[in-house]
Amino acid sequence: MKYEFKTAEELIGLTKKYKIEISEVAKMYESERANKSVAFVRGQMKTVRDVMYEAVRKGIKSTHRSEWTGSGGDAYKLYNSLKKLGSMMGNKVTIRAMSYALAVSEQNAVMGKIVAFPTAGGAGVIPGVLFSCAEHFHAGKRRLLKGMFTASAIGLIIAERASLSAAKAGCQAEVGAAVAMAAAGLTEMRSGTPEQCLDAAAIGLKSYLGLVCDPLGGLVEVPCIKRNAIGTMAAIGASDMAMSGIKSKVPFDQVVSSMNNIAKNMSSKFRETALGSLAITKTGNDVKRKLGLKVTEEI
Amino acid sequence: MGSLSIFDIAGPIMVGPSSSHTAGACKIGQFARALYNKTPKKVLFYLHGSFGEVYKGHATDRALLGGVMKFKTSDPQIKKSFEIAQEKNIEYKFIKKDLGENWHPNTVKIILENGKYKMSVIGSSIGGGMIEILQIDNFQVKIKGRAGRYLSLVVCYEKNKKILEKLTEKIKDLGIGVAEVESTSYKNQTLSVIGLEGRRILLPEVLDLEKISGVIFVRALSKLQKQQ
Repeated sequence: MKYEFKTAEELIGLTKKYKIEISEVAKMYESERANKSVAFVRGQMKTVRDVMYEAVRKGIKSTHRSEWTGSGGDAYKLYNSLKKLGSMMGNKVTIRAMSYALAVSEQNAVMGKIVAFPTAGGAGVIPGVLFSCAEHFHAGKRRLLKGMFTASAIGLIIAERASLSAAKAGCQAEVGAAVAMAAAGLTEMRSGTPEQCLDAAAIGLKSYLGLVCDPLGGLVEVPCIKRNAIGTMAAIGASDMAMSGIKSKVPFDQVVSSMNNIAKNMSSKFRETALGSLAITKTGNDVKRKLGLKVTEEI
Repeated sequence: MGSLSIFDIAGPIMVGPSSSHTAGACKIGQFARALYNKTPKKVLFYLHGSFGEVYKGHATDRALLGGVMKFKTSDPQIKKSFEIAQEKNIEYKFIKKDLGENWHPNTVKIILENGKYKMSVIGSSIGGGMIEILQIDNFQVKIKGRAGRYLSLVVCYEKNKKILEKLTEKIKDLGIGVAEVESTSYKNQTLSVIGLEGRRILLPEVLDLEKISGVIFVRALSKLQKQQ
């Protein structure tokens, strides 16, 4: 395969060799791998975009609460605060990004239709960042798709070299990975160079190293939903830093290796088993009892 | 065909709440059903690791059962899997079980039976909706469930090298390329996973392959493509 890559170094190499952007490499990679035309691959990505858009649209209007933790309705609240921006510290872009992320994650929690981009637990960050920023710079569809392809390329490297599973590597592999992916995607949408995209990804992922997966009752609700919202701020921040010329001291590939190193040493209590941290607080145990799960300890 | 698809990352499109515990679980169910290739009357699910700990809140149980009933990962019917299984007279049971320490934390052993035939399938959900089938009955395998192309054939036959030669010859005669063959044996039987190239194999052609003497079963996984 001409466009194969498993590391950031190989990815950068391909962008240099063919003088194309990361999104273009991702498109060619998929086209070559699946033996389909580039137009077909773009069409597939459009479907992904449409499903995410629908989840956002439904989510910001919904006041539906989940069965076990009562999560839900926060996207609606935050989106409405756009009307009183004067009293908020964030700006239109960040408030919107956070509400969109909440919207998708809340839809996910009530078994609504979403895209696991890269996973269901971290599904809010990418639509949050990319849709809100695309609205901000009135980006056409083409530019939004670019961001999505670039984000996928970054996710592919993480999947190849480490993991996208919280059961294996904790939340750093879900929300953390999504932050890195969104940061890179946004950076390309802002015409950043491939190097700047990877700096943004590295800065984003570094800030999420070590984050554990400790969901109440094992449900993808608390703290997952709000972590997605905060993740959009981290991704936008990382992209802003990279666009100002700030570089990551540690290259992306090495940050991914660090994530793997942590995963190998992380107790299974912090890997989606609901046996540690927030999951075994008094609040966590209350949810467990409600679900009929065994309460092991309380902190 | 081991390489990841961009749409393994930007996908799957699914109903929530968890890519590994809901969408991945559904896919393992789909694979088990495709390998079994019959309507089961009774299905047992042994849930290992994180699957065993948190399956209820993630609807892992409903997704696994939905997959066994051929539901897509994005099918809202997953919510009602239990009711639909009852309507179809499919008995089901979920049992928390430690399968041993070498398995991925999100692993399930599925036993499908209909009174006559019984098959067990072990699969792991390795993150982001990607899965691997690692055991079929007593055969150790590694079938990767990736977005896009499912061109593999799973063939079980009496231990005899000539049968495999016959099979690959016949496949090539159909104008389909054979990319790779991985075989494992148990007692007097062999199971091969044959990676195909080019076009997908059609049902009548699969049935033809099954007629070769000594062949126990042939399963094409290409039908799973429609279930994404």
